[in-house]
This record gives sequence, C-alpha cells and structure tokens, in this order.
Amino acid sequence: MPKELWKGNEAIAEAAIRAGCDCFFGYPITPQSEVPEYMSVHLPAAGGVFVQSESEIAAINMVYGAAGSGMRVMTSSSSPGISLKQEGITYLAAAELPCVIVNCMRGGPGLGTIQPGQGDYYQATRGGGNGDYRTLVLAPSNIQETADFVQEAFGLADQYRNPVMIVCDGLIGQMMEPIEWREIPRRKLPPKDWAANGRRGRGHNNIINSLYMDPEACDALNRHLSAKYAEMERREVRWAEEACEDAEIILTAYGTPARIALTAIEALRARGVKAGLFRPVTLWPFPEAALRALAERGTVRGFLDVEMSSCGQMLDDVRLAVEGRKPIRYLGHAGGIIPTAEEMVQAAEALWKEAG
Amino acid sequence: MAIPFVHRLTLLTGHYGTGKTEVAVNLALSLAAEGQRVMLADLDIVNPYFRSRERRELLEAAGIRLIATSQACTGADVPALPAELLALLEDRTARGVLDIGGDPSGARVLARWRPQILREDHQLVYLVNANRPEVRTPETAIAYLRAIEAVCGLTCTGLVNNTHLCRETAPEDIRRGAVLAEAVSRETGIPVLCHTAESRFAGQLENRPLFPMEIRMKKPWE
Repeated sequence: MPKELWKGNEAIAEAAIRAGCDCFFGYPITPQSEVPEYMSVHLPAAGGVFVQSESEIAAINMVYGAAGSGMRVMTSSSSPGISLKQEGITYLAAAELPCVIVNCMRGGPGLGTIQPGQGDYYQATRGGGNGDYRTLVLAPSNIQETADFVQEAFGLADQYRNPVMIVCDGLIGQMMEPIEWREIPRRKLPPKDWAANGRRGRGHNNIINSLYMDPEACDALNRHLSAKYAEMERREVRWAEEACEDAEIILTAYGTPARIALTAIEALRARGVKAGLFRPVTLWPFPEAALRALAERGTVRGFLDVEMSSCGQMLDDVRLAVEGRKPIRYLGHAGGIIPTAEEMVQAAEALWKEAG
Repeated sequence: MAIPFVHRLTLLTGHYGTGKTEVAVNLALSLAAEGQRVMLADLDIVNPYFRSRERRELLEAAGIRLIATSQACTGADVPALPAELLALLEDRTARGVLDIGGDPSGARVLARWRPQILREDHQLVYLVNANRPEVRTPETAIAYLRAIEAVCGLTCTGLVNNTHLCRETAPEDIRRGAVLAEAVSRETGIPVLCHTAESRFAGQLENRPLFPMEIRMKKPWE
C-alpha cells in the first residue's frame, strides 16, 4: 500500500477503527483533540458509537460500562485529563476489563502547558490510581509505530483482560509523517464469556465488580492479578536498540527524545564517541534484563537518560536495571521544552570523558 | 520563475496538514528576497504546534514583520486574533502573507476581516496535498474548498499543489498531486497557480510551474 501523510492523533483514531473499536468516549483537550474529532466523524460511519462525554471522569466510566459488556472500547486524553481518569482506571484493572487508553502527554504538573511533555511516566507505569495494579504501557516514537501499537493494544487488552495505555507526547500527536497501513498479526483471544451482555442461555449472571468486602477474597483477587502481571512481564516486554553493539555511551530515551537521540548518536559517532540508543517500547513492563545486560558489558562506560521531565522519571527504572554497575547522567526539560541533539551530544561527551 | 503569487495579499487555506505554513514561510522569504516589504500573519488558531510564529527569528532576520498572537500566548492555543493585522490590511505598500489554520474551522478567522480584505487586492489560495487521506480525491478536495469559502465569505481564485510526503517525497507524489489539482481546476474553473516543492524537484515536473521551497518547519531531530 502506498504511504500516506497522517497526523499522529488522526492515525491513533483511524488505527482504533481498523482494530475494530466499537466505542469511543472522550473529551477534548489539547494536544489530543484531533482524536475525538476524527472519531466523531469516522467511528459512527464505521458502525461504532462515539460519545463526547461531559467530562473525562464520565468518559472513563462509560469505558467501564462498555468494556464490561464486551465491547472494544477506547478513550483518549492528555495529562490533566488522564489524572481525572485514574479512579476509573483502577476500577477497570480490578474488574479486569480490557480497554485502550491514550495519553498524549503535555507539560505539567497541574494544567501545565499544552506543549509536549513526558511527566506522566510514573502515573502510567506505577498505577496512577489506588491499589496494586498495572497497566501495560506502549510508547511509540513515530507515527508508524503509533498506528501499529494502537491496533495491537486492543488485542493485548483482550488477551490479558487489562487496560492498555498508549503513551505518546504531544509532538507525536501533532506532527505529520508518512505511514502505511499494514495488517497487524491478530492474537488468539479467549472468548469474552465473562461479559455482562445478557444471560445468553448461561446458568448464571455475569457480574462486573471491583468491590471485595471479604479480605480473603480481595487477597485472592490481588494474587490472581499479580500472577497475570508476572505473565505480562515475561511475555510482553519490548525494546529497541540502535548502534549498541560497540557503544561506549548509551542513551536511554522513549518517544520524541528517542528520535532526537538518533540524531545525537550519529553526531557523537562523527566526533569519535561510540554512542548507542536503548529505547524501551513497553514502559511497563520495563525491559530491565536487556538494559542490565548492556550495563554488564565491559565496553559500556555509562548511560545518559533523556526525558521531557524535570528530574527524570524513567530514570528510576534505568537505575534499577543498571544497579550501580555504571554511572548514569540525566538530561531533561519540562514545561514543553524539547531537549536538543546538541545538548545530548554535550552531555554524552562529558560523561564519556569522565568515565573514560 | 517569477513568484506566482502576484496579489498584494495572499491568503493560504486548505485541509489540515496540506502544508500551508511551509508555503507561507517560504513565500514570505521569497518576497523579502526580492526586496519587497513583507508581513506574515500567523492566524492559525486551531493548531497548538508547528505554526509560523515558531520561525519568528528567521523571518525577522529577513526583514519580515511577523504578526501573531501576543508573545505571552506563543505556546498556547487561545482563539485570539492579533489586532495588529489591521496594519497589514491597511498598509498598501506592504505585501501580506496570511497563514490560515486548517479546515473550515481554521478559515473562520477570515470572516472577521472580510470587509477589509474585500477592499484590498487579495487572493484566497487553496492548497491540495494528494497524500492527505481526507482530501485525496477531487470530490473531497472540492468539498473542503467550498466549505472554507462558505465560512469566510471569500472566493478562491487560485489552487496550489503542495503534495509531499515529508522527507520521503518523490517526483511521483508531486505529479499525482498535479493530476489532483488539475482535476479540481477543471471542475471548478479555478486555475492552478503553481506546484510548491523543494527546489531539488526542479525540472522533474514536465514543465509545470514549480515554486521552489526550502524546508523551514523542521522537526526537532532534523
């Protein structure tokens, strides 16, 4: 198929429709408003249901209802709107309801700025709501991946009966890139025989619930969930390495900073610094073992973590993986400032000299 | 070739992502390079990023006056219009390039100044980009064109083929866009003014008029 020019947010919406999304509930917020805008026109035309809800909180609760009845369902928002959805997300995780949640991140905290940010890493990977739960988090770094990952996310959600988050920054939502629509391999999925979609000849009612008054029952639910998360950690972890084979300095980044890091490692190599990029594709589960293997290599002098965050959030996971084997430096900005390739080159070169 | 935009005011409109800002910045720079007094008005109130106001330094270094929402709101998406635009509408010694946000919703800002625009030598230009899925056929491209005219109350008198695929643009893309623009032209009677593309495509468009550009709205890694 010939390539077409798509804006990130439009591609998110179109990918969901292609993946068989039945329902979309959302509320506009910059920089993701093109997702509901595109859905409002195209999802009903494809036979689905679009509702612009009265708030983000209403949207996530509509997701709970639709997912509970077995529909493929998505919502999208940007940082402050995702904060509002947290109660709904923890309910979805507890009730084991599959859904896709897109966070097109902007700068924070609070209302912050409408310019791009990555300050919601903790929120996405640590469970922003209460209780012990995880969401599977995919972080695309270009529009092609965005289109592919959104399609895959529905299968992942259905397979594990769990919310899946697509975390991209505002730049990915807003920019235009050539992409091609390709067939995404379909997962073999279990039937949704748990859905509350009518009795259908069963001997019992299906009930969707996240309230367990009996401590033993609640503990059993948590054990069941943690076994499921462990399985996701075993089977779904993903990452990408660029020029890491002989690298002395490894940049760690995801999303837009990872794109810029590719330019930086080229510039570094031209200056005689063998640099590589380690890019987590799943933020949770984090590719800990793969990063640790790089830290164990004698040739690697150190790591430079780059994020659009003031003090670094993924940095914690990088530290947990590296476990003190090598020095780690951090470079980042918040508030919508995008780290430049020049800054990355400078910081990586300084570390290379220091750790030489 | 001579710059194919000859009216005092050039109003650039089109569907989201057809490339209006790139054309606006390049046109302003080309006019300034000819020694003309140029003002570029960034009237995009629908996009939060990739707006011509982000090229303030480049434009001002070329002697171009940038008219945009106040400095304090550069990074915002408030639907506020700069009062300074009157300077551009009233100063007949200056050439004006108006970079309008995408779709009818973006073009609505022009309705506010319709009476002033109608008094001036102006041209409403509609950009086509055959690689944008929602405007890839003559029917859909014309539907957007008519909707834009309807909201701003102005009549389009020039088409521009700005078909590209970012860094992956090939001559075939531009030729396919030319076929689309020519089909829109046949159907509407609006002439195709030119084909806008990077200067590396000169000589590859079968004698079609090319307005050569240099990519100015680069992404942070380019």
